[in-house]
Amino acid sequence: MNGRVIGLAVALVALVTLPYWMPGAYYINVTSQILFYAVFALGLNVLAGYGGLVSLGHAGLLGITAYAVAYTLQAGLGHPFAILVALVIGLASMAVYAVLSLRATGIGFIMITLALGEIIWGLAYRWISITNGDNGISVHTRPEPFDLSLNSPTAFYYMTLVVLLVSLVAMTVFVRSPLGAALMGTRDQPRRMNALGYHVWAIRFWACMFSGLLTAVSGILFVYYNQFISPQALDLTSSAEVLLMVIAGGAGTLLGPIVGAALVVIVKSVVSAYVTRWNMLLGAIFVAIVVFMPEGIVPGSARLWRAARRRFAPAVKPATKSGARS
Amino acid sequence: MSALTVSNLCKSFGGLHVTTDVNLNVEPGERRLIIGPNGAGKTTLFNLITGEITPDSGSIALFGHEITRVPSRRRPHLGMARTYQIITLFAQNTIIHNVSLALLGLSPLRWNPLIDLKRQGHIVERAHAALARVGLGHLAERPLSQTSYGERRRVEIAMALAQNPKVLLLDEPFAGLSIDERHDVHELLLAIPRDVTMVMIEHNMDVALEFAERITLLHFGEVIVEGTRAEVVADPRTREVYLGH
Repeated sequence: MNGRVIGLAVALVALVTLPYWMPGAYYINVTSQILFYAVFALGLNVLAGYGGLVSLGHAGLLGITAYAVAYTLQAGLGHPFAILVALVIGLASMAVYAVLSLRATGIGFIMITLALGEIIWGLAYRWISITNGDNGISVHTRPEPFDLSLNSPTAFYYMTLVVLLVSLVAMTVFVRSPLGAALMGTRDQPRRMNALGYHVWAIRFWACMFSGLLTAVSGILFVYYNQFISPQALDLTSSAEVLLMVIAGGAGTLLGPIVGAALVVIVKSVVSAYVTRWNMLLGAIFVAIVVFMPEGIVPGSARLWRAARRRFAPAVKPATKSGARS
Repeated sequence: MSALTVSNLCKSFGGLHVTTDVNLNVEPGERRLIIGPNGAGKTTLFNLITGEITPDSGSIALFGHEITRVPSRRRPHLGMARTYQIITLFAQNTIIHNVSLALLGLSPLRWNPLIDLKRQGHIVERAHAALARVGLGHLAERPLSQTSYGERRRVEIAMALAQNPKVLLLDEPFAGLSIDERHDVHELLLAIPRDVTMVMIEHNMDVALEFAERITLLHFGEVIVEGTRAEVVADPRTREVYLGH
């Protein structure tokens, strides 16, 4: 049993028992937000972290799914159908998004995704007959899977936790799989991967689809949590925010996006109650992360921890191999 | 039937003719050396053969099978492998992972998002075998970033060999190696069986000449001399290109 396993077990127990020790429904709701933003960040991390493809339009994709749920419900159809429609539309949009943006990599990819995100935002803002424009669409009820009402903060929290855990397991499986290894290969040496017989474009396309699936799932959670969707959720700031979650937590790591989501949501929702200039504080935290651990909080603190152990505990027998692989 | 046939191949970048009407006929099992001064178009020729660059005109055939329009990513599946002059490896990964990626590239498993790559016994075994072949079996689990330049050269060759190619293109496999390392790589290349046809670009004449059976001399994108080792070495045009007037 190494430190990593113990740490994860403690975190899991803390999350499962959270409604029993968290003071008040507000904080349970904040944690739910962290969890569905974490799913969103995991989705972006597939591209930004493992694929080397930084997307600045992901909030648009999240928004499309959220609007799909809201619009379908508004049309009088049931929750299961709305969720199904949202997943199909979300994935179809991702396919179009991928075909358009994968014409480039690097800066070109960022610019195309930025433009696509802005187009989607513009549509949400102006296509009033569908989106209700600036007023947004309200969602009056939450689904009741297996007759369990998700109306209480605790019930919704557990639902979100289950979705996050399933997403995390899916990510872990993917990263260890041949397709995951191929995706990381195309990030590091695309030319070489092509010469080794890989279809680099297709690998990136399927990575986009996996990213799109997680984004769609988080979009569904997003709209059911807020019970409301408006163009503001799709703007560039939202896309940049989720990218910051990924980069701050640690791009290309499994737990980094979750930690990044926790950081951003806590500063936005909790610290902002005490610090008026919370935006500045968030900026200062990002600067500190970039300066002290440019690889992100999760890999960065692992590195600093190892360095501290070497520095302060040289007496430990040097033969023991530290199992601190991140 | 020739292993590799290049016919009337041309390529220009704007007004610069980098490959002019090149013909090449490499027999199965042959060891062919391509020499020429800097800028002669040797690596460009390799890039054309592997499909990384599309030729303006001319054709390329692998064992009589026309591949000029086959995408470069398909060519390894047809039995063509290459190494790079500038080492192009996956620096963050272990040596065994690098070789596993080479094996996976030709396996349908490469599309699988659900299984654990490290538990694919046949891939891991074959990767270990390829590493043993280049004398790196004991370093399999070492991260590539912690290996020497000479070891990386051998990883490059192991990755190419792991794909079991019929035609192997080696772009300056001795570049930047010490005398001892050069010797090791030379031995390694000599040990490759005859069912692999090899085409090598090399500046390093002492080892390269020993390796080659036939030599092609390129200059400004054109084939100047082609023939057996003795013929090319004795040809006055070789001296002219290499030593000046």
